[in-house]
Amino acid sequence: MPWLRQHGIAVVAFFLATAVAADEFGDPAAGEKVFRKCRACHQVGEGAKHRIGPHLNGLFGRAAASHEGFRYSKALARVGDSGLEWHADTLDDFLENPRSLASGTRMSFPGLKKEKDRLDLIAYLRQFSDDPADIPEADPTASPVDHDLDPAILALEGDPEYGEYLSSECKTCHQASGGDDGIPSIVFWPEEDFVIAMHAYKNKKRPHPVMQMLAGRLNTEEIAALAAYFATLEE
Amino acid sequence: MSFNRRAFLGTSVALTATLAAPMVRGQGKPRVVVVGGGAGGATAARYLAKDSKGAIDVTLIEPTRRYYTCFFSNLYLGGFKQMEDLGHSYGGLAASGVNVVHDWAVGVDRDAKTVSLAGGGSLPYDKLILSPGIDFVEGAVEGWDLSAQNAMPHAYKAGSQTELLKAQLMAMPQGGTFAMVAPPNPYRCPPGPYERVSMVAHFLKQNNPTAKIIVADPKPKFSKMALFQEGWADHYEGMVDWIGEDFGGGNVSVDPGAMTVTIDGEVTKVDVANVIPAMKAGRIADMAGVTDGNWAPVNAADMSTKADPDVYVLGDASSQGDMPKSGFSANSQAKVCANAVRGALTGSKVFPAKFSNTCWSLIATNDGVKVGATYEATPEKIAKVDGFISQTGESSDLRKATYEESEGWYTGITSDMLG
Ligand SMILES: Cc1cc2nc3c(=O)[nH]c(=O)nc-3n(C[C@H](O)[C@H](O)[C@H](O)COP(=O)(O)OP(=O)(O)OC[C@H]3O[C@@H](n4cnc5c(N)ncnc54)[C@H](O)[C@@H]3O)c2cc1C
Repeated sequence: MPWLRQHGIAVVAFFLATAVAADEFGDPAAGEKVFRKCRACHQVGEGAKHRIGPHLNGLFGRAAASHEGFRYSKALARVGDSGLEWHADTLDDFLENPRSLASGTRMSFPGLKKEKDRLDLIAYLRQFSDDPADIPEADPTASPVDHDLDPAILALEGDPEYGEYLSSECKTCHQASGGDDGIPSIVFWPEEDFVIAMHAYKNKKRPHPVMQMLAGRLNTEEIAALAAYFATLEE
Repeated sequence: MSFNRRAFLGTSVALTATLAAPMVRGQGKPRVVVVGGGAGGATAARYLAKDSKGAIDVTLIEPTRRYYTCFFSNLYLGGFKQMEDLGHSYGGLAASGVNVVHDWAVGVDRDAKTVSLAGGGSLPYDKLILSPGIDFVEGAVEGWDLSAQNAMPHAYKAGSQTELLKAQLMAMPQGGTFAMVAPPNPYRCPPGPYERVSMVAHFLKQNNPTAKIIVADPKPKFSKMALFQEGWADHYEGMVDWIGEDFGGGNVSVDPGAMTVTIDGEVTKVDVANVIPAMKAGRIADMAGVTDGNWAPVNAADMSTKADPDVYVLGDASSQGDMPKSGFSANSQAKVCANAVRGALTGSKVFPAKFSNTCWSLIATNDGVKVGATYEATPEKIAKVDGFISQTGESSDLRKATYEESEGWYTGITSDMLG
């Protein structure tokens, strides 16, 4: 997954706030090309300013039409007021046909008919909203409270020595040095994030067959032990 | 709410901490000798040295100065990797405290607990770990023996054999024939021969598109068969002719002088013959007297041999149950073994055995597939717990991500083995 590759560390929340499945996440590099269609009106990235359209930094998780200092169409302001927020799924709908969400929007753009183009574009835009602690399929504002783990599980203190032994299984693929080519880094994560992510695999909420299988047979104490070990790893 | 870590672990995890006094012979530190610096041996040596923090004297005996991985050697044949990418030095192991001796082990005296070296002398051990990989069963393919390995390479130990096979592939005349004689079960890397067929086909499609590949196989089916056959049809249509057991694929003889392969009575003149004979444990396991038939039976909990509790066998050479003979498996077994050996020698905690394996294969550019499983130790064997396999018809994005994952795995496992 190129996104994970780029961002290496990951994962706070796993609960998908949107309907877009994680394995349908787009390719930001391809999305950058798609964005050429938007550039006449929108800027994104460092120093981006409002132009014909508003700048698109920090888009994810924000209410529609919520930038101070940009004059939105009445139509978009209205859907914003009535609660529309920009997430992968709402952006997907909007980009497919802007007028389907806000019939009077001034965004005179016919829409992207190809699903792949939309997914790629969303992946590209997502980079300008992110917090490196997030996983790509989640909102940037997602926080560790977006999970349904029993607080007792999170409070469990792991045994780092046992974690070290268990971690040897992880290190066949995940480099102890934190290198991340093709397989993400898992070192130095906050323990809680680690526990949440592993339980999400265990409960088959996060996709990936290898991780679901490996996490599936770890019990709660073993996950806590691994989290304790990886959080303190020195190398 | 916070739980007491020790109390929690103490009650809910089956720890088998060794309370007995460390078993040390004579004076000084306990000694572990590891024979074979491959996926199993290098990992075991590294983990023992690293985790015992100098409390155990670890010696690794390995004749070669660079370890060329069999894993990804098919990708070299396909042109995706260079030979240099596959070679790794033992410098990292030495740096983590392993005494690396470049020599062959030529004998084991289990009564005196010593290993003798080709270069003379012998090394005493308290615990001996053998991970010598495979050798070939003599007479397995009629007409082939080791003296024929230049005319008809096996390329099933990486290095010069792999380079030879590649050179022969490159020298094939246009429209020529590449034959493979596939091995019977059990053998090293179940998907290996078929990944190789894919990579050879990839090379030929670009450089010699009218060439043909014939595979004579003594088995009726093989690892990831549906995935490979789908890939061959999609990428290399009409190029690969797989002759399974039902069509006489097991009735094979070769003539390295005449460069012919005879399959079920039909003689074919070929340009390259890749003969992968039946396999057995690396010879030193036999010399140590820990084999039963072709392989060395081991106890699943710690990889100690059934024959001798102080001799352990890892990886391909062992007969352990359900795990495939792979680098991933050998690496996984080595960690379980290292934990148990360290516990026995120093009294450190011994945790329950957990094993896992995943084998990736590349079918064509960015078309990666994988199969994997987790395992546990039972009194009888290493037993499969759960598994998964890539599906036919997956999206090209997923296949690409799978291939990228395999590259990450390669970096991960080689640094996990060799530091
Ligand atoms: C084409 C191919 C592709 C493969 N692809 C994969 C893959 O993608 N993934 C995967 O997990 N596995 C793969 N494998 C399998 C993997 O290479 C083996 O399963 C793995 O190397 C086994 O580890 P080992 O420690 O048992 O033996 P080896 O890694 O072979 O190590 C044995 C070592 O012992 C040494 N040795 C032998 N005898 C002696 C002696 N008497 N004294 C001293 N040293 C000795 C040898 O020099 C060698 O270095 C592949 C294999 C092949 C052939």
